[in-house]
Amino acid sequence: MSNSTKLVPTPGQTVGPFYGYALPFEKDNELLAPGSPGSIRLQGTVYDGAGQAIPDAILEIWQPDADGNVVQRTGSLVRDGYTFTGWGRGAVGNSGVYTFTTVNPGPTKPVPGKAAAAPFISVAIFARGLTNRLFTRIYLPDNEEALANDPLLSSLDPERRKTLIARRDADGGLTFDIRLQGEGETVFLDFQ
Amino acid sequence: MPEETNAQLESDESVPPAEPKAAHLPLDKAIETQADLSAEISSIGEAYRRALKDGAQPETQPRLDYPPYRSSILRHPTKSLHHTDPETIELYSPAFGHQDVHALESDLTIQHNGEPQGERIIVAGRVLDGDGRPVAGQLVEIWQANASGRYIHKRDQHPAPIDPNFTGIGRCITGPDGSYRFTTIKPGAYPWKNHLNAWRPAHIHFSLFGTEFTQRIITQMYFPGDQLFPLDPIYQTIVDQDARDRLVASYDHSLTEPEWALGYNWDIVLTGAKRTWTENEAYGDAGDDDNE
Repeated sequence: MSNSTKLVPTPGQTVGPFYGYALPFEKDNELLAPGSPGSIRLQGTVYDGAGQAIPDAILEIWQPDADGNVVQRTGSLVRDGYTFTGWGRGAVGNSGVYTFTTVNPGPTKPVPGKAAAAPFISVAIFARGLTNRLFTRIYLPDNEEALANDPLLSSLDPERRKTLIARRDADGGLTFDIRLQGEGETVFLDFQ
Repeated sequence: MPEETNAQLESDESVPPAEPKAAHLPLDKAIETQADLSAEISSIGEAYRRALKDGAQPETQPRLDYPPYRSSILRHPTKSLHHTDPETIELYSPAFGHQDVHALESDLTIQHNGEPQGERIIVAGRVLDGDGRPVAGQLVEIWQANASGRYIHKRDQHPAPIDPNFTGIGRCITGPDGSYRFTTIKPGAYPWKNHLNAWRPAHIHFSLFGTEFTQRIITQMYFPGDQLFPLDPIYQTIVDQDARDRLVASYDHSLTEPEWALGYNWDIVLTGAKRTWTENEAYGDAGDDDNE
C-alpha cells in the first residue's frame, strides 16, 4: 500500500424503487445459457425483518469459473451465449425470488500466507429501503474440510456461519436465502 | 434499451393514481407530517454532533439503521457488519468494455426522435479509488426522473407528465484517467410516500464499479443549493455534513457549453483498493478487449 494521503470515499445511497427500467438487461442473470453443460441454477429469496419476502431487491454475483480462475473478459452486458464473464445481475421477482444460471465456482488459489478458502460466490445486495449495498458470500456446501478451514467461516459462531453456506438442491443447483434482519440474519461483510 | 423486467409490487414509495393534487387528502391523524419527520432527523443529527464533540470518528457512509427513512426499518441488519479481508475473487472486478456499452449511451437526450423537455446539462467527473488512482475502463450507469420529476418506471404514478423523448437511463465506460461524461436533462424533484408532503431533492442515481468488487457502490448525485436537503430522510441517512456534501455536484462553468448546456462536475471516490497492483493495471488498460 502506498502511504499517500487517503481520499475519503463517496457515500452510498439506496438504489430506491425505480431501478427496474435501468439496471436489468437481457440475460442479465444468465452467466451461462440455461441447460448448457455444467450449468446450475442458483436461487433464493430475500426476506425482511418481518420474515416477508421483499419484491424490490436486486443482486449481483461475481465468481471464478469452474476451474477457479478469475475471469477478466468483457461482454457481460451484451452476452454472446458462449463467453463466461463471471458476473451477473438479477432482480427478484414479485415473490422475492432471485435466480441465476451459472457454474459451481472452483477453488481459487490461496492468498499468500493464508489458508486456502473454500469456493464461494461473492454477492452485492441492493434494495429499496436498504440505505447502502451489502456484501456477503455464498459458499458451496460440498467440501466440509475446506469449509472447516475457511478463515471467514471459522471466525463465526455455528448459528451465524450456516447463513453463508448454500443448500445443494436435488437437481444439482444451489439455494441461498438472504435475511436482511432478525432470526437467521445473514452475515454481511465489511472489507475496510 | 433494456425492457422493464421486474414488475414490482405496489411500493410504499410510489404515489397512488388518485386525484391530481394531494391538497384534499384527508388529514388522517395516522399520517405523519414533515414536521414529525424533521424533528426525528434533527434529533439524530444533534446526537451525532454531540458524539463528534466527544471524540467519535466522523461517519462517512449512510446509516443502515435510519428510522426516518421508514422503508429501512425492516430492511437493515441489526448485527454489525462482519469484518473480513477480501479474498481471491473479491480482489478483482468484472471487466466491461466498449462491446458492452455504445458510446452514444452517454447522451440521454438523443434516445428518441425529438429533444426532451427541460434544462439540458452535462454531468462529468472522474472515478478514483481511495488512493487517488483513476478507475479506468469501468462501467458507470445512471438513471433519473425527467424534468417534471417523473420516472418512466410504471410504478411511478406521480401525476406529472411523461416525456416521450426522455427515458432517463445512460451508461458509459470510464476513460484512462477515470473520467466519465453524460449529457442529460436536469431532473425534477418528486413526491414520495414516506410521510405527508415528502419530496425527494432532484438527483441522478449512479452505479459504479471499481477495480475490486468490494468497491462496488450505488449512490445518488444531487444538485447544489437544493432547499429539500434538510427535509429528505434519504439524503439525511448520511448524518455527517461533510459526507453528505460529497454527493452534491458543483456547478462548473468550464464544463458549460455555449448556447447548449450547463455543466456540473462530480468526482466519485471509491474505497481503497487492497490488491497489489501491477504497472499495466495502474495505467488502466485492463478490462477492455481489442476485439471490437
